[in-house]
Amino acid sequence: MEQLLQQVGAGLANGAIYASLALALVMIFVSTNHINFAQGEMAMFSAYIAWQFMEWGLSFWLALPLVMALSFTTGVVIERTILRPLHGAPVLSVVVVFIGLLTIFHALAGGIWTYTIKAVPSPFPEVAFPGSGYIGSHQLGMIGVTVIVLIALFTFFRFTPLGLAMRAAAQNPASARLAGISVDWMLALGWGLAAAVGAVAGCMVAPAVYLEPNMMASILLYGFAGALVGGISSPGGAVAGGFIVGVLENLIAYLGNVVERTTGLYIVGNGEKLTVALVIVIAVLTLKPSGLFGHVTVERV
Amino acid sequence: MGLCKTLLAGAGALALAATAASAQKKYDEGASDTEIRIGHTNPYSGPASAYGQIGKTIEAYFKMVNDKGGINGRKITFITYDDGYAPPKTVEMVRKLVEEDKVLFVFQTLGTPSNTAIHKYLNGKKVPQLFVATGASVWGKPQEYPWTMGWQPDYQTEGIIYAKHILANVKDPKIAVLMQNDDYGRDYLNGFKRGLGKDADKIVQVATYEVADPNIDSQIIQLKNSGANAFFNITTPKFAALAIKKAHEIGWKPAHYLNNVSASVGSVMKPAGLEASQAIVTAAYLKDPTDPQFQNDADMGTWRAFMDKYYPNGDKTSAFTTYGYAVSSTLAEVLKRAGDNLTRENIMKQAASLKALEVPLLLPGIKINTSPTDFYPIQSVRLQRFEGETWQLFGDVLSNEAD
Repeated sequence: MEQLLQQVGAGLANGAIYASLALALVMIFVSTNHINFAQGEMAMFSAYIAWQFMEWGLSFWLALPLVMALSFTTGVVIERTILRPLHGAPVLSVVVVFIGLLTIFHALAGGIWTYTIKAVPSPFPEVAFPGSGYIGSHQLGMIGVTVIVLIALFTFFRFTPLGLAMRAAAQNPASARLAGISVDWMLALGWGLAAAVGAVAGCMVAPAVYLEPNMMASILLYGFAGALVGGISSPGGAVAGGFIVGVLENLIAYLGNVVERTTGLYIVGNGEKLTVALVIVIAVLTLKPSGLFGHVTVERV
Repeated sequence: MGLCKTLLAGAGALALAATAASAQKKYDEGASDTEIRIGHTNPYSGPASAYGQIGKTIEAYFKMVNDKGGINGRKITFITYDDGYAPPKTVEMVRKLVEEDKVLFVFQTLGTPSNTAIHKYLNGKKVPQLFVATGASVWGKPQEYPWTMGWQPDYQTEGIIYAKHILANVKDPKIAVLMQNDDYGRDYLNGFKRGLGKDADKIVQVATYEVADPNIDSQIIQLKNSGANAFFNITTPKFAALAIKKAHEIGWKPAHYLNNVSASVGSVMKPAGLEASQAIVTAAYLKDPTDPQFQNDADMGTWRAFMDKYYPNGDKTSAFTTYGYAVSSTLAEVLKRAGDNLTRENIMKQAASLKALEVPLLLPGIKINTSPTDFYPIQSVRLQRFEGETWQLFGDVLSNEAD
C-alpha cells in the first residue's frame, strides 16, 4: 500500500512533466492546425537560456518572464521567416521543416552548452507538507504551474476575441480571412505563444530531470501521447491525458512487479511500461478518435 | 637443367635480398618511411556526440606527437570520421578508411554496437581493430578474432569485483540491481552474477530502465521496497544522477555500488547532490580531472599543458579528454615498439606483448598487461568511496588478470 501511494505520487510528478509539454502541443495545434515536432527541443533550448540567465545571477522568477518573452519572439520570427513560404504547402513539407528545426535546436544546444548534464535549482522552497513523503515540493509546484497555464490558455481561447480569431484562422483560414482576420499574423502569434508555453514547460521540467540536450526527446513522446488521450484540441483534456499516462505507466510496472513476486510469473515490468501505456493510447483513440475530452469535429460537405 | 639451376639460384638471391630488406624496414598498406595512417570513427553529431571529445583529444594528441617529430621519424596521419553513433554509418566509414584512405589499422572506434558492426569485416580483412572504445567483454577473444583488442577494464571484470566486495563486506546481503536494458547492462549483470557465484540468489530484485525513459523514480521506489541493503547501480551518467538523487529523497540508504561508467564527479555526483552521493563506492582506473587530490599530480600537469596548447576549447573537467589522452599514449608506445616493422601483424604482436606498461593518467598501481592469449589490456581497478567532494581510494589494486 505504501509503495502504491509512492508510485502514484511519482506518476503524478511525471504526469505534470508530460502535461506541461502537452499544453504547448495543444497551443500550436489549436492555433495552426499542425503538430510541431520541434516543440520539445525549443522548450529545451528555452530552459538552457533560463539556466544561462540564472548562471549570470538572475533569480528564477526574473529569468522566467524574460525567457518567455525571448521564446515568444523566436517563435514569431521562425513562423514569419521559415514557415510563411510554406503556407499552402503539403503537410509533409511542413513536417520536414519541423524535423529540421528539431535537429538544429538540438545541435545548437549541444554546441553551446555541451552534452554534460546540468543541475537546475528548483524555484520552489523545500518544505515539509502533509504527503511530502510521496511527492516532492518541486513536483507539487510544477503541478500548480501547469494548472495555472492551463487556466490561462482555457480563458484565452474561450473568452477573448483574439483567442477566437486564432482558432478561426487555424480551422478555416479562408472564411477567417473574409471575416477580416489577419490569418498570417494569427499563425505567427500561435507560434509565439506555443514557444512561450513551451518555455514554461522547459523551465519546470529541467530541475526534475536535469538539463541536457536530450532532455525533451522522450518527454515529447509521452507528452504527445497524453495530449492525444485527452484530446489534442482541448487544453484541459491534454493536461488530464498527461497525468493519466504518467500514473498509468507507473501502475503497470508496479502491478507487474507485484504479480511477479506473488506468482513468479513475469507478465509486464519496467521494460514494457511505455509499450503498455501506448497500447492503451491506441485503444482509446480507436474507440474515441478525438480523445477522452476532445471535441468531435463535424465538417459540412 | 642448367637453366633451371640458374633460375633457382637467382630466386634464392632475390629471396635473400628481400629478407635482408625486411630486417630493416617492412611496411603494409598505410605505412611508409614518412607516414603512418590511422583510421578512426566517433560520433561527432547526434545523441552520443558527447563522446566526440575523445576523438578530438586523440587528434590533438597526435598533432602534439607530430610537432615533436613523430614516432620513429614518421608523421602520424590521423583520419577521423563522424558516424553519428549509427552502426551502418560506421561500416561505411570504416570501409572507406580501409579501402580508399588505405589506413594501416583502425583505432579507438567508439561504441559497442558500432564495433560489433565492423568486427567481422576487419577480422576478415586482417586489419587491426585496436583498443576499441567500449567496455564490452567481447573484444578480448584472440582465438576467434585475432585482429580485435579492447583497452579499458571490461564490464564483466568490474561486475565481478563489486560482487566479491559485497560478499566480503555487507552483512547478510540482499542486493537490488538497477540496470540499463541493453547489452551494456546485461554484460555488467552477467559479470556480477559470476562474481556472486553460488550466492547469486542474494539478488532480491532487478529493475530495468530504457534509455528513452524520462526518469527512473518508479524503479527506485520498487528497489527500496524490496528491502535490499546493497545496491548495484548499472546506469549511464544522467540516470546515475537521477537514481542517487531519488534514493536520497526517499530515504533509502543501501551500500551503494556505482558502475565506473558514471563515476564522474562533475557530471554525476555534483548534479545528484554531494550530500546524496556520500559513501557511494565505485571502481576506477583513470585519474579524475575534477578530483582535487590530483590537483598537483605530475601527469595531470602534463595533461593540462597539453589541453591548453592543443585542445584549448576542450572540457578539462571531462573524463573523456583524460581517457583520450591515456589511450593515445598507449598506442604511441605500441607504435614506438613496432619500430620499422610496420606490418599489421607486427602491430598486433606488439599490442599483445605489453608487460606492466605504465601509462600516464592511470591510477597509481594500475598497469597494462597483454599477451597472445590475453587481449584485455587493463584488468585492474581500485575501489574508491565518495567522501566530501572527492573520491577516496581505498584498499589494494584489485585484479581479474586471467594469466
